[in-house]
Amino acid sequence: MKRQLIMLTAAVSIASSAMAAELKPAVVFDMGGKFDKSFNQGVYEGVEQFRNETGIKYREFEVTNPSQREQAIRKMAQRKSNPVLAIGFAQATALEKVAKDFPETKFSIIDAVVDLPNVQSIVFKEHEGSFLVGLLAAMKSESKAVSFIGGMDIPLIRRFNCGFAQGAKYAVKDIKVISNMTGSTPSAWNDPVKGGELARSQFDRGSDVVFAAAGGTGIGVYQAAKDAGKFAIGVDSNQNHIHPGTMLTSMIKRVNVAAYNTFKGVQDDTWKAGFNVLGLAEGGVAWAYDEHNKALITAEMKAAVDQAKADIIAGKIVVHDYMSDSKCPSL
Amino acid sequence: MSNKTLPAWIDIGVIPLINVCMAFAVSGLVILLIGENPIEAVQYILMGAFGYDEGIGYTLYYTTNFIFTGLAVSIAFHAGLFNIGGEGQAYIGGLGVGLMCLSLDSFMPWWALFPFAIAAGAAFGAAWAFIPAYLQAYRGSHVVITTIMFNFIASALMVYLLVNVLIEPGSMAPQTRSIADAATIPSIKELFAGLGIDISNSPLNISIFLALACCVLMWLLLWHTRLGYAIRMIGFNQNAAIYSGINTKRVIVITMCISGAMAAMVGINEVMGAQERVLLDFVAGAGFTGIAVSLMGRNHPIGIVIASLLFGALYQGGAELSFEVANITSDLVVVIQGLVILFCGALSLMIKPGLEKLFIKLTAAKESADV
Amino acid sequence: MQPPAIDLRKINKSFGPVQANKNVNLKVAKGSIHGIIGENGAGKSTLMSILYGFYEADSGEILVNGKLSSIRSSKDAIYAGIGMVHQHFMLIENFSVLENVMLGAELSSSLKESKISAREELQRLSNEFGLAVDPDAITGDLAVGLQQRVEILKALYRGAEILILDEPTGVLTPQEVRQLFEILNALRKRGVSVMLITHKLQEILAITDEVTVMRGGTMVATRETATTTKEELAELMVGRKVLLEVDKTPAKPGKVLLEAKNLTIKDSSGVTRLDNVSLKVHAGEILGIAGVSGNGQTELLDVLSGIVAVQQGSVVLGGCAIDKDNVLNAKDFRHLSLGHVAEDRHKQGMVTDFSARETAIMGFQDEPEFNGRIFMNNKAVTEHCVKLMAEFDVRPGNPHLKSANFSGGNQQKLCIAREMERKPKVLLVGQPTRGVDIGAIEFIHQQVVSLRDAGSAVLVVSVELEEVMSLCDRIIVMFEGRIVGEMAAADADAQKLGLLMGNAGSESDTSAQEITAS
Repeated sequence: MKRQLIMLTAAVSIASSAMAAELKPAVVFDMGGKFDKSFNQGVYEGVEQFRNETGIKYREFEVTNPSQREQAIRKMAQRKSNPVLAIGFAQATALEKVAKDFPETKFSIIDAVVDLPNVQSIVFKEHEGSFLVGLLAAMKSESKAVSFIGGMDIPLIRRFNCGFAQGAKYAVKDIKVISNMTGSTPSAWNDPVKGGELARSQFDRGSDVVFAAAGGTGIGVYQAAKDAGKFAIGVDSNQNHIHPGTMLTSMIKRVNVAAYNTFKGVQDDTWKAGFNVLGLAEGGVAWAYDEHNKALITAEMKAAVDQAKADIIAGKIVVHDYMSDSKCPSL
Repeated sequence: MSNKTLPAWIDIGVIPLINVCMAFAVSGLVILLIGENPIEAVQYILMGAFGYDEGIGYTLYYTTNFIFTGLAVSIAFHAGLFNIGGEGQAYIGGLGVGLMCLSLDSFMPWWALFPFAIAAGAAFGAAWAFIPAYLQAYRGSHVVITTIMFNFIASALMVYLLVNVLIEPGSMAPQTRSIADAATIPSIKELFAGLGIDISNSPLNISIFLALACCVLMWLLLWHTRLGYAIRMIGFNQNAAIYSGINTKRVIVITMCISGAMAAMVGINEVMGAQERVLLDFVAGAGFTGIAVSLMGRNHPIGIVIASLLFGALYQGGAELSFEVANITSDLVVVIQGLVILFCGALSLMIKPGLEKLFIKLTAAKESADV
Repeated sequence: MQPPAIDLRKINKSFGPVQANKNVNLKVAKGSIHGIIGENGAGKSTLMSILYGFYEADSGEILVNGKLSSIRSSKDAIYAGIGMVHQHFMLIENFSVLENVMLGAELSSSLKESKISAREELQRLSNEFGLAVDPDAITGDLAVGLQQRVEILKALYRGAEILILDEPTGVLTPQEVRQLFEILNALRKRGVSVMLITHKLQEILAITDEVTVMRGGTMVATRETATTTKEELAELMVGRKVLLEVDKTPAKPGKVLLEAKNLTIKDSSGVTRLDNVSLKVHAGEILGIAGVSGNGQTELLDVLSGIVAVQQGSVVLGGCAIDKDNVLNAKDFRHLSLGHVAEDRHKQGMVTDFSARETAIMGFQDEPEFNGRIFMNNKAVTEHCVKLMAEFDVRPGNPHLKSANFSGGNQQKLCIAREMERKPKVLLVGQPTRGVDIGAIEFIHQQVVSLRDAGSAVLVVSVELEEVMSLCDRIIVMFEGRIVGEMAAADADAQKLGLLMGNAGSESDTSAQEITAS
């Protein structure tokens, strides 16, 4: 009986691998949880959007220690969830093991590369988006100094930092770029008090535009900028609305779109294994321009940033990726 | 005055059991509050922890970590020291294990590497505990504060090393390359496979036997050696130890080093066993859980094994619970774990006076009935 | 006829299987001083704790001034007019006297007003009872006797008409004791009832009107003090005839076995605790150190036994000179054939959480006879303890019992057994009979004397003058870390020693009188 059922299922899936009623998507959030005010949360927003639109429920799990990564991904696959969306570079190793054991299941992973026939790897060119906001920051700066506050000190955040510095120096050659990381533990993603302190100390050292790529820590950075009458740049989602007049722009990383597209792609049968690198050209990263920061961006700045964007897409400007060689020539 | 009134089986058996039940009762209320069925939740926890081979594997895998850190905290406790630094010592210990494995894994099979890895881990963990211990013994800096600080330093150091030095070239994640298969210690799955029994995959590996061996060693050390005698005397009464001609400073340093080395064995379980590499934050709070384990286990190896099993089951069962019931998030699982720690650790003596009275009444009634 | 101030009826209290009070009846007449006497563990403290609301009795009634009272907390007790002066003072040392007295009983929410009214009341009480204390003095700076006055004032300030004093004379010089008794007399005259808990027979006879003897949780007898004798009370306490005098032959001092040369010790805050002390202890003699506690005796014992390193001067023991360049620890001192019975066994001499067998090897834990190559020889340890227990009559003779669960006397016997078992050439004994019942005192004294007779040098530190005088052959008096007097025991009497012990006690006397005068 059981075997028949499996055969039947197999037959059906060959006939139409994406019948809407069959779709059982699942997502495994990483440590930090789905309300980390950072990219787990971006994923959460994306999959929620999918649920609201389609009415299809998804399974979810929040990992709280390293060994749960493989456990959770495997469990999702065992329960015939498909696709299984894994979040974060830390899950790459675990996903690789599980994906080999479940070749029929479609896996997607955000922020990491796993080279298997049933895995879609979604990575962002954060350095490109950071380049653009760096350029804007440098043009806005009157003190000829801009600064960066990262969350936890990991290669990914250094990639932000490096792109930002390149953009700033592209705009103003001899500009000073100050960089700080909030900490070395995951709590660095959610430490607004320390974020505020770091921002103030950077202002003391001359910076007047600060870019925070630090999840929830950023809230403190933006507040400090507002209090000191300086400018701040948001990250991940469009955060311009937080303090209009202070928020110069935001470096948008469309994790939510990527998550949504994963589920939607499987539903529409457009999902493909392989690499999915989302840069400026693909709209995976962008700079935010809306009614909240319109007044802050001069026509000259807008022209310059649009030109830079076009040049990057066209390949005229190559933004160095920190993670390609663990080095940043601009810092 | 009240130290003789209750028989041991009540003190170490019934009281913890009642405490656990109370913790579950309060957790049940919380679960009820968010509109889920508490009985079902308990079933998920129990089934998840003990209901099938993979679950048992994970439970025992967590248990292994907690035994190590529990023992580490308890030996320091016996000397009257509160070692909060198990987390950092385990982290640095894992670094030692990792370095040893990564440098020798192409030359040696696991069984040859095992003693070296243990020695390296123990040395690193002990070294990490040595500095706070030295500062406590000879400079009077309180070990609680220094060990907490050393957790942060360990964390920062490991991030630095993993991001800048040890990172696998081309890797996104700050982690080392994986240790060669032949050099990682066998999982229990492989062990059973050797016996022709197929069990599900889990990170449980033979370091659980190392953990049990450590329990025996700890018991021997504390109650059958001069050093153990000195450690316990310092813990009970430091003046008496000086009166007895014990070099208390030296013993304090040695005790902390043993404690650190014990915590470092988490590195064997994680780095050489479960994860097969050094990665960020692999200790995942086991060092802190060890404090609760040690408290609950009354600082005795047998108690620590039982308490570790309880916490292992809570971790694994809790994960299962949040997996099965969408409404119960991992945060709620932390709440449940917190309640168990609260009732079994902080409030462990809350019901004792009442129980004592009850016991006295019952025995008195029995005696009068006997007469 | 007036109802008694306190009337306890059939009080029962047990802690687990231990019945601390069994059907205790006690009447304390109004305006009298009532002594309560008994050995350690006889139930005196429990009874007083019940009266003061620390414990609740399992059954029984408490009548205060003829009225049935329910006393569940010390607040209830204070409300009923009962005040307590604890053995260890409950004072905040860096508060002024006035602040200590009014603490917790402020009359107004404004501190200033409270202080003004408290000052008036304090003045009135001081005048009425002759309890002169400077209200603005910092409490910690006062002499112990004056601190005790503050405690008494505290109780009176709260309206106490019944005063419980728990072992009040333990920390006082003889002169201070005399002053305390004067105060108690004054209180009695004004109608205050006093309950005096003590184990010193002498004091009972000196001051009380009536005396109640407790033994094993029960009331054994109540006597009018005038009609009883020391011997009778001792016999009632112990339950058999006791020898109160130490039975010994004159000493035959031989050569010097222990010598201290110009020892000076400063504590961690730089205060001189031991000031240029030199002394010699000869074979075959018992040298006694008398003094009010806290005058350097503890430091002297610590430095003579290797617990505290020599800072200045030297110690000569077993042909070995120990000074600041040749530091030895307590274990090394033991190897030079020194035994040391610690002053405070709970703090130093034993580990209450250890089993008796573990306590019995303290200081000898590294001896080969208790150790194998790696593991300890637990069998040998146990046998050793059994042997000590048999030789020194420690009861119960169970080596696995927790040390805390032995009575004070048996704990002390175990400690002394441990230190004397190897027949040390030099034995230091701190407070040989502190917290020890009368029956055991006799035994301990005999053991110390027999060691002397075997040719060892013994140094005894005790705050009990009677003990020093009867046990020792030669007496040195210490005051503020210095040796202020030396005499043969035969020439000593309480008056002479008391004057030396209180060296500056006379000064505090005059200062107290000055305040009264003003």
